Amino acid sequence: MTAEEILNSLKAKFGDAIVEAKLDAPQPWIVVNPSRTKEIAFFLRDDPATRFDYMMCLSGVDYNNGKLGIVYHLFSMVHRHKIVLKAFCTKEQPHIQSVTSVWATANWHEREAFDMYGIVIDEHPDLRRILLPYDWEGHPLRKDYQVPEFYNGMKVPY
Amino acid sequence: MIETKSLPTQYASQPGPVQTSSGKTLRTDEMIINMGPQHPSTHGVLRLEIVVEGEIIIDVIPHIGYLHRCFEKHAEHMTNYQQVIPYCDRLDYCAAINDEHSYVLAVERMLKIELPERVEYIRVVMAELQRIASHLIAVGTFGIDAGAFTPFLYAFHDRELILDLFEMTCGARLLYNYFWIGGLSHDIPPQFVDKAKQFCTYFRPRIKEFNDLLTYNEIFVKRTANVGVLPKDVALNYASSGPMLRGSGINWDLRRDDPYSVYHKLQWEPQIGKGEMGTVGDVWDRHIVRMREMEVSLSIIEQALAALPEGNVQAAIPKRIRPDAGEVYARTETPRGELGFYVISDGSGTPFRVKARAPAFVNLSVLPAISRGCMIADLVLIAGSVDIVLGQVDR
Amino acid sequence: MGLLDQRFENGNVFVTSLENLLNWARLSSLYQMQFGLACCAIEMMAASASDFDIMRFGIIPRATPRQADVMFVAGTVTLKMASRIKRLYDQMAEPRYIISMGSCANCGGPYWEHGYHVLKGVDRVIPVDVYVPGCPPRPEALLEGIIKLQEKVRKESLVKKPA
Repeated sequence: MTAEEILNSLKAKFGDAIVEAKLDAPQPWIVVNPSRTKEIAFFLRDDPATRFDYMMCLSGVDYNNGKLGIVYHLFSMVHRHKIVLKAFCTKEQPHIQSVTSVWATANWHEREAFDMYGIVIDEHPDLRRILLPYDWEGHPLRKDYQVPEFYNGMKVPY
Repeated sequence: MIETKSLPTQYASQPGPVQTSSGKTLRTDEMIINMGPQHPSTHGVLRLEIVVEGEIIIDVIPHIGYLHRCFEKHAEHMTNYQQVIPYCDRLDYCAAINDEHSYVLAVERMLKIELPERVEYIRVVMAELQRIASHLIAVGTFGIDAGAFTPFLYAFHDRELILDLFEMTCGARLLYNYFWIGGLSHDIPPQFVDKAKQFCTYFRPRIKEFNDLLTYNEIFVKRTANVGVLPKDVALNYASSGPMLRGSGINWDLRRDDPYSVYHKLQWEPQIGKGEMGTVGDVWDRHIVRMREMEVSLSIIEQALAALPEGNVQAAIPKRIRPDAGEVYARTETPRGELGFYVISDGSGTPFRVKARAPAFVNLSVLPAISRGCMIADLVLIAGSVDIVLGQVDR
Repeated sequence: MGLLDQRFENGNVFVTSLENLLNWARLSSLYQMQFGLACCAIEMMAASASDFDIMRFGIIPRATPRQADVMFVAGTVTLKMASRIKRLYDQMAEPRYIISMGSCANCGGPYWEHGYHVLKGVDRVIPVDVYVPGCPPRPEALLEGIIKLQEKVRKESLVKKPA
C-alpha cells in the first residue's frame, strides 16, 4: 500500500484523530492524536491490508519550540511497506498513550523516551528510568538541559 | 527421596510447592539473586535481578544503563556530521564497521550522493570481514559461558588475522573511523586483496574445526538444545532481528530484503535455524546460525574481491556536509541485528537529532520472556546467545 | 628473571632481602579481577588470548575481587557504575593495584565534553597506579602498562606505607 492509501484508510476509521500528514517526503509521515495512539496502532497491526507487525523504532524528539514528540517507524513483514507515525505533545502537558500492548518491543523504547525527554507514557506497565540512575534529576536530551555540577559527590563536568 | 512433578523440557514457570514421598509438602520460597554489573559472564556491565524458586527462575529483570555514554547528546553537539562517526564506532565496539556503515548510509541518503562502485565493494568486503570478527567474539565468549575455554583461544587467534587486515588499511584494530560520508578515509593498500584471499582459504577449514570442537560437542548440545526457545510470533512482536530472528526460523535478512550497497549483486543465502538438535529457536540454533553466517561472509568477500572495480574512493566526499532539512531512517544488517539510525536535519551543518536503534537493546528486552522456567545456568547461556554488547544497549 | 638465573651457579642457594623476595613474588603473580566495561575490554580479552597472552606475566583472571591483586578499569566509567567500582575496590584485599586502561578511564576520553553521565577519569573515585593511554590501547600497550606496574611493585618497601 502507498502512504496515501494508508492515510485514507486511517482517516476513514479514525476521522479527526489523524491530525496532519506529509506524504511528499522521502519517508512520508502521519501525525496522530497523542491520546489515541493505542487504538490506531491496534488497527495498523491487525488490519489485513496494512498488517504492520514489526515496529522498527520509537524515538523521542525535542523540537526546540516547546514541542516534544514521539516518532514511530513501522514495517510490515507481510506486505513489505513502511510508514512513519508521529505524536506531538507540549512540555507543559507531556502525555502520550502507550503502544506496549500492541508491540511488546515498545516497552523499553518508551521507557527511554520518558527517561531522556520526560514524556509521560500513559498506561505503560512499568514506567521508570532505564538508562540513567533511578535518582537522576532532569531529562538530559531536552535542548534546554543543564548539566548538574555534582551527582552523589562526584563532579560531573570536566 | 523428594519426588518433584515431572517437568517438561521447558520447565513449568510456576514450580509450586514440592511433594515429598511421605506426603508432606515442602514449602518453598522465592529468593532474589543479583547477577550484578560485575560478572564474568554478562558480557559487559549488565545487571540481572533474578527471582528464583530453588534453582528455577520465575522472573528476570534486567537493569541497564551502566554504560550510558550520552551518544545522542554528543551527536547533537558535534560541529559536523563527519565528527559523529567515531562515536558511532563505539556503539557496538565489536562490529564498529557495521555501525559506521549504517550511519553513513543514513546521511548519504539525506544528501542523495551517488557513490563510486569501488567504494561500495570495499565497504561490503570490510563489513563482511567485521561480521566474521564479531561472530568470532560472540562464539568464543559463548564457549566460555558454557565452560569451554579453548574455543575462545581459537576464535581470537583467527580474529587477529582479520584485525591485521584492518590495520593494514586504516591503521586501527578495533575502532576505525574508516567509512566517511561519501567514501572512505583510505584506499585499500596493494597487498590487501591477496592477503584477504589468503585469509579466506585459511579460515574455511578453521570453521569446521571450531564446529567439531564446540558446536557438535555432546556436552554443548545437551546444554543448549531446547533451552531459551524464542517462538516466531514473540520474536516479531519484540522486533528481534539478526541471528535471534533467523534462529527462530524466520527467513529475514536486511542485506537481501531491504537491500543497500551492492549485496543484491552478489550470490548468497541467509542462514536460518531449523531445530536440528532441539526445537526451532533454541540457543543451539542461534549459535549455528552465527557459525554458518561466517561461511556465507567468506563467500561474499571472495565474490566482492573478484568484482572489485577501479576508482577513486574519495571522489564523492562532499566538501561541506549540509543536508536539506528533513529526516531519514536507514537500517543495515549488523552481526547483532538491525541497526537503524533516525537522523533529523534542520538544514545546518550539525545534526538536529540522531537516534540509534540498537539491535542488542531490542533483543535484550526479550530475555525475561524466554527465560522463565529455566535454571540459572541456562540463563547464562540464553543471555550469551542474545549476543549483547553493552555499548549498543546503553548508547 | 634477573633474580634467579644468576644465582643457581652457587649450589641452588641465593641470599636476598625479604623485601626483594616479597616484591618479586607479588609482581610475578598479579591476579586480575576479571571485569571489563567497554571497548577496552575487548582489547583486554585480546591481550589474554593466545596472541599476546598476559598469563605469561602471571596474571590469571579471578572472578571475585577478594582474590584479586590488580583491577584493570577497562572502559568508560559512568556515574551509575562509579559507586559499584568503588565498592569493588574496597572489596579487594591489600596490596591492590589499579591500572586505568584507555582514555575513558584516564580522563573521560572522547566523552569529556558533553557526557553528562560519564565520570571524567576513574581516578576521581579510586586511586590509580598506572595509566595506559589509547582509544583503545593496543594489547602491547596494555602489556607495557603491566610491566610498568611490575617495576613499581619491585620498588615497594615493607617499612614505608604505600601511598
